Amino acid sequence: MNRIERPEQIHPETVTGDSPAAPLQDAGARALRAEIGVNGPEPVMDLRPERGLAHSVHAIKDTRDGFRLFRLGWTLGWLDIKLRYRGSMLGPFWMTLSTAIMVGAMGFLYAALFNINLRVYLPFLSFSLILWGYLNSAVSEGCSTFTGSVGLIHALRMPFSVHVLRVTIRGLLTFLHSAAVVAIVFVIFGIAPRLNWEAPAGVLLWLADMYAITLLFGVLGARFRDMPPVSASVMQILFFVTPIIWKPDLIFIGRQYLLLDPCYPLVEIVRGPLMNQEVRPSIWLAAVAYSGLLWVAAFALFSRMRTRLAYWV
Amino acid sequence: MATIEVTDLAISFPLYHGDARSLKKTVRRSLDGKLSGRFTQDRRERVLVQALKGVSFSLQRGERLGLIGGNGAGKTTLLRALAGIYEPLEGQVLVQGRIGALLDTSLGMNDDMSGRENIRLRGLFHALGEVAIQEIERDVETFADLGPFLDLPIKTYSSGMRVRLAFGLATAIMPQVLIMDEWFMAGDASFRERAKQRMIGLVEGAEILVVSSHQPEIMQEWCTRLLWMDQGRVRMDGPTEDVLDAYLSTAG
Repeated sequence: MNRIERPEQIHPETVTGDSPAAPLQDAGARALRAEIGVNGPEPVMDLRPERGLAHSVHAIKDTRDGFRLFRLGWTLGWLDIKLRYRGSMLGPFWMTLSTAIMVGAMGFLYAALFNINLRVYLPFLSFSLILWGYLNSAVSEGCSTFTGSVGLIHALRMPFSVHVLRVTIRGLLTFLHSAAVVAIVFVIFGIAPRLNWEAPAGVLLWLADMYAITLLFGVLGARFRDMPPVSASVMQILFFVTPIIWKPDLIFIGRQYLLLDPCYPLVEIVRGPLMNQEVRPSIWLAAVAYSGLLWVAAFALFSRMRTRLAYWV
Repeated sequence: MATIEVTDLAISFPLYHGDARSLKKTVRRSLDGKLSGRFTQDRRERVLVQALKGVSFSLQRGERLGLIGGNGAGKTTLLRALAGIYEPLEGQVLVQGRIGALLDTSLGMNDDMSGRENIRLRGLFHALGEVAIQEIERDVETFADLGPFLDLPIKTYSSGMRVRLAFGLATAIMPQVLIMDEWFMAGDASFRERAKQRMIGLVEGAEILVVSSHQPEIMQEWCTRLLWMDQGRVRMDGPTEDVLDAYLSTAG
C-alpha cells in the first residue's frame, strides 16, 4: 500500500465538517502529516507466549528500542526533576544548595570529631556523599521504576527500558546538580582528576551499573511491595560499612575484607581517578566482577519477567 | 494494510492483593480454601483470575468492531491485549499497522505536566522530529480547542477537556488501528460530532477501529460488527444489528 496517498483519502472526509477544528485543512500541514504517516515501515506486532530463547531476544530488543527512544527517556527524567521543584524559587538548584549546606556542615563537624585535616577530608567527604546519594537513589527510586509509571504502562505499549532510562537519567541529573558543589570544593582545595583512561572508564562502568541497579530493583519492586523498606535498611547498613564518611586508610585490621562489600569497589573506581588517587588493580578487578554479576542478574530477571510487568503494576 | 488476528487468546491475572503480594506470603506459600469459577491456581499456588479464555477473531481493513458486555466481561482486558500491553499467556495476538490506543482515562499523560508538554512527550514516543512534533502540537491545539488551558497542568482540566486532548492526540499520529475504551464518550454532543468527523477520516481510510461501550446507540452508530463478551469468553460475534438484538433481549 502506498501510504503517501493516505492524506488524500482522509482529506475529503474531514473537510465536510466545516468547524474550525477540522484538521488537515492546510496544505502544508497535510504534507507534514503525510511525512508522519510514512515514518518507518508498517509496524507488525506479533505477540505469543515466550519460549526458550525468546525471553532474552525480546529483552534485548526491548533494551534496544528503549535506547532508540533516548530523547523520550531524557525528557521524562528531566521533566520529573522540573516538576518536583515547579513553583519553588530556586528550582532544581535546591539540590545544589542543600548539598552545599550538608557538605559544609558535615565537613567541619567530622573533621573536628575525627581530628582530620580539612584539606584532605572535605573533598573526600563531599564527593563520597553525593556519589552515595546517587547509588542510594538508584536503589530506592529503582524500586518504583515500574510501579511509578503505571499510567504509562497501562496506556500504551512502549519498551520497558524507557522507564529504566527515565529513572537513571533523573538520578544522573540530580547528581550533576549536586556535583557543582563538589567541583567548587575541588577547585578550592586544588584537586584535579587524573588524566588517563581510568576516569572515563570508571564513570562509564558506574553509569552502566546504575542502569542495571535500576532495572534489577525495578523488576523486584514491581513484584514485591516489600522491596523499598528492605532495600532501604540494607543500604543504611552498607552506608556505614562502605568507606563513605570514613577514609579506607583509617582502618588497618580487616582492610582485606573491604572488597567483600560490592559498593566499595564501585564507588572507588569513580572516586579514586577523579580525586587523583591511585586505584589498586584488585579494586578494578572487583568492580568489573561485581558489575558483571549485576548485569547478568538484572538482565536475566528482566528477560524472565518482562512480559509480567504489565500484569504486576 | 492493517489487520488484527487473535487466535485462542487467554489472559489471567495473578492476584497479589494486600498481603498476598508480600515476600512473606511468597516464602510461606500458605494458601487454603476452595477456589472456583474464574479463580484458578497455577502450579506455584498463586490465585489467578481468568480474564480472557479462548478468544479468537480476525479483523480486516475497514472493519469497525464493537465490544459489548457487562462489567468484568473482559472488554478492557481484550483492548489492552490488542494494544500489546498485556502479552498473551496462551494463544496469539497479531496486529499489523500503527496502533493508537485510548484506554485509560489518564492515557499515560502526566497530570502535573501541561497539555503542551504531554503532546511533546507523545511525539517523542513516536520518535518524531522537531518539525513533526510542532505540527502535531498545532493540530491537537486546533482540534482540542483548549485555549489557554493547553499551557496549564492537566490536573486543572475538566473531564471533557481531558478527553478532547487525549482524543486529538491519539488520532493526530494517524493510527491505522485505533483502540478505544468507552470512557471517551464523556465529551459533549458537539465534541462527539467533531470526533466522529475525525474518526471517519481514519476509519474510512481503510483502517480498523475497535471500541468498547455499554451504550447500544453508540454501537449502532459506530460499528459494523459486534463481539459480545461474557465471563471472558466470546458469546456472540456478528453484524451489529444481530448481536445487539440478542444482547438487548438477554439484558432487558
